[in-house]
Amino acid sequence: MSQTHLDILEADSIHIIREVVATAENPVMLYSVGKDSAVMLHLAMKAFYPNKIPFPLMHVDTTWKFKEMVAFRDKTVSDLDLELIVYINEDGVERGVGPFSHGSTIHTDVMKTQALKQALDKYTFDVAFGGARRDEEKSRAKERVFSFRTNKHQWNPKNQRPELWNIYNAKKHKGESIRVFPLSNWTELDVWQYIYRESIPIVPLYFSEKRPVVVRDGVLILVDDDRLPLNDGETPIIKDIRFRTLGCYPLTGAVESNAKTLPDIIQEMLVSTTSEREGRIIDFDNSETMEKKKQGGYF
Amino acid sequence: MPVDVEEYLSSQENKQQLRFITCGSVDDGKSTLIGRLLYESQLIFDNQLSELKSISKKVGTQGDDIDFSLLVDGLAAEIEQGITIDVAYRFFSTDKRKFIVADTPGHEQYTRNMATGASTADLAILLVDARTGLLPQTCRHSYIVNMLGVKNICLAINKMDLVDYSQDIFEKIKAEFLEFSADLNFEQIMSIPVSALRGDNIISRSTNTDWYEGESLIQYLENLKFETEKEFQIFTLPVQWVNRLSHEFRGYCGLVAEGSISEGDEIVIKPSNKQSKIKSILVAEKYSSNCSMGQSVTIELADEIDVSRGDIICHKDSLCSAVDHFQGKILWMGEEKMVPGRPYIFRFGVAESSGSVSKLRHKININTFMNEPSSDLELNEIGIVNIALDKKIIVEPYIQSKRLGSFIVIDKMTNNTVGMGLVNFALRRGENLHWHNMDINRNSRSISKNQKPVVLWFTGLSGSGKSTIANIVEKKLYNLGKHTMLLDGDNVRHGLNKDLGFTDVDRVENIRRIANVSKLMLDAGLITIVSFIAPFKAERELAKDLMGDDILEVFIDVPIKVAELRDPKGLYKKARSGALKNFTGIDSAYEKPEKPDIHIESDKTSAEDAADIIIRKLIQKEGI
Repeated sequence: MSQTHLDILEADSIHIIREVVATAENPVMLYSVGKDSAVMLHLAMKAFYPNKIPFPLMHVDTTWKFKEMVAFRDKTVSDLDLELIVYINEDGVERGVGPFSHGSTIHTDVMKTQALKQALDKYTFDVAFGGARRDEEKSRAKERVFSFRTNKHQWNPKNQRPELWNIYNAKKHKGESIRVFPLSNWTELDVWQYIYRESIPIVPLYFSEKRPVVVRDGVLILVDDDRLPLNDGETPIIKDIRFRTLGCYPLTGAVESNAKTLPDIIQEMLVSTTSEREGRIIDFDNSETMEKKKQGGYF
Repeated sequence: MPVDVEEYLSSQENKQQLRFITCGSVDDGKSTLIGRLLYESQLIFDNQLSELKSISKKVGTQGDDIDFSLLVDGLAAEIEQGITIDVAYRFFSTDKRKFIVADTPGHEQYTRNMATGASTADLAILLVDARTGLLPQTCRHSYIVNMLGVKNICLAINKMDLVDYSQDIFEKIKAEFLEFSADLNFEQIMSIPVSALRGDNIISRSTNTDWYEGESLIQYLENLKFETEKEFQIFTLPVQWVNRLSHEFRGYCGLVAEGSISEGDEIVIKPSNKQSKIKSILVAEKYSSNCSMGQSVTIELADEIDVSRGDIICHKDSLCSAVDHFQGKILWMGEEKMVPGRPYIFRFGVAESSGSVSKLRHKININTFMNEPSSDLELNEIGIVNIALDKKIIVEPYIQSKRLGSFIVIDKMTNNTVGMGLVNFALRRGENLHWHNMDINRNSRSISKNQKPVVLWFTGLSGSGKSTIANIVEKKLYNLGKHTMLLDGDNVRHGLNKDLGFTDVDRVENIRRIANVSKLMLDAGLITIVSFIAPFKAERELAKDLMGDDILEVFIDVPIKVAELRDPKGLYKKARSGALKNFTGIDSAYEKPEKPDIHIESDKTSAEDAADIIIRKLIQKEGI
């Protein structure tokens, strides 16, 4: 029996996940509740079967996530009997930082990037798994599977460790850390195909449903709770929508769609002419932003 | 657009994946080619295209046209400088295959990043600018991909639009490359005339090159038959991690490196050589009756034996054995140079040991493929080395097993990956050869001769007066009643070393033999005078290592102009006329000793006086 493309991806990702457990002192899996996290978690479950995952999951909660994401996260953790750390930047909450009051850039920096750094320092995690893929974005395409960070959580893209064959150098000094991306070589299609093949549960927001939205600058924003300030004369309208990517609800655009099943989603993806990150408002500023954010410690 | 998604998915899943790299010199158009491939396979989304158009206008080099290279050069510094710094991985697929392409940098200082991309490639597309032809970097990259075992090469002769699609130019470059690569082990070389910028011969054959009858690049990529990996090997599983998170379970996890195995099969653990049987196999999380290469598995054994990370579980018939000394090839990637003897960590898959390069045999000039003696390896240099490990590890030659024959070198101070290496073969000699302890040794022979044996190691240019001085020194020692032996360059080359020429490698071997013969003479209790050019420091160091305290380095120093004027054998004249190649001082280097024990300036000192100075030093320092 020869291995299929997905089998090979699966085997290599499991290899990467186990490599971390064999070499790290205190690893953690950054669980963002999205489809990539779902796949990464599924692979980790496999890697340690019949035993449980020997590290905690951590969700950096910006407090502006979709309600359905939070509900799905809590259900997943209880169904699979996982250890979950939810980290919120309380200082940011106290200062009232949010996407509407401070704008997307400051909000993301304080509630996501700074929060992540605080959390890694607080728990002294030395390796953090992330679900990023190389096909997502140009600077991601350059990143190693084992991506080294200084003790200030900085990434130096010009001087990355060479990564040869599947031999991973996980050595580091005290205070330094490594971000590990087991899905580096997966594409968006691979992820959907794998979710379908393995029947992996995902947040219902990926499937089309009638939901209340407002249209701002051509972007469909879900009215997820009453914190969304409505402009004068603006009333939510009900549309058949779904999300291709998930984040903070005010910063994530929906797409109009009738895709209610995985095959529908995959079919829709095949005819799509835009990339999944288009729904992410934080990426819009300019094309260098991802690299800059990553240098500053963003995932 | 497929109507039946199920059908589409199953066709997707059964597609074979080809991993390739694009390489070649700076500005040969690697990034542009990949941008073109992505564009043509409709993998560029609208939002990426509009972003691309706006960046192209701002920083691109194509006027109002799209600069495809900006699709792959993702780092800010890359866009700024218009070059590729680090390897980028891009994904695309056609109806027939899926592709992962590594776009690698062309600049020499980023060769290590290029090697990163090449280590996982099945094919290399080597770009050549039709206007310039093969460049040194084209040759370097060919050498590296060949060294890493890439069997298929596609020579994409690019920018054909700028040479009027000339068949003559295409054929000339193609022939030049075939001649150049004849010494490398590529199995298939395909040459295609393309213009990445204009799209000629990318998707389909271009009308601009109607003289070309081969496949277009995409057709070639879709149809290429490549060896995925050999299937006949004996089961080998490097143990990555032991799963004993609960008391009732103890499983050995890892990615199967070679072969396959079934439940109940007998296995042996290396290096402990303990035996057991396979009790159960988990492929990922599913129990299975067997498993094979490339699968991530967890194996339970029938017996409770001690197995830990870095050990290897293999089929009982496996012949692999653990070694702590082997010969290999390394590509140095560190900013700080590699120095033999310095301790590093060597990592083989999941096993590692500290160790050092016990010997740098020579480095390889990858522009000429010539071997050159060297005492160290600088960034991006390749060397043939002996490596001595502190503990035994299972290795196989790289040509037999990529997974067991590859390793990285880690700096102990910085933890950086500073080198990549391939195992050539194990050096097992050390296990089977033992020193015989003789009852009569150097010391007893020395006492019977009433002298202290020592080596006088002369070095200097041809015509410096070495032989003349050495001859007088021996006569004087003879008159003092000493037992001596004079090894002279020309004389030894007539006999023991008559198979050696004057290339750098042969010079190294010449001196290696002389050093060892001198050592035997020393053991025989003789005062040994060695008179050779001995141009390289590394080999003189080797002689010093071998002789320990019993050697004096004598530098017969003369300006080359003076030596050339003397020219007692007419050799300089021949060398200047080109009739004699690799002549030291003319077209082969002479590395001056930094701290010789005796320094004679033979243009200022007579041979007679020089000999007296040497004898005096010998008495004073060695007490002969």
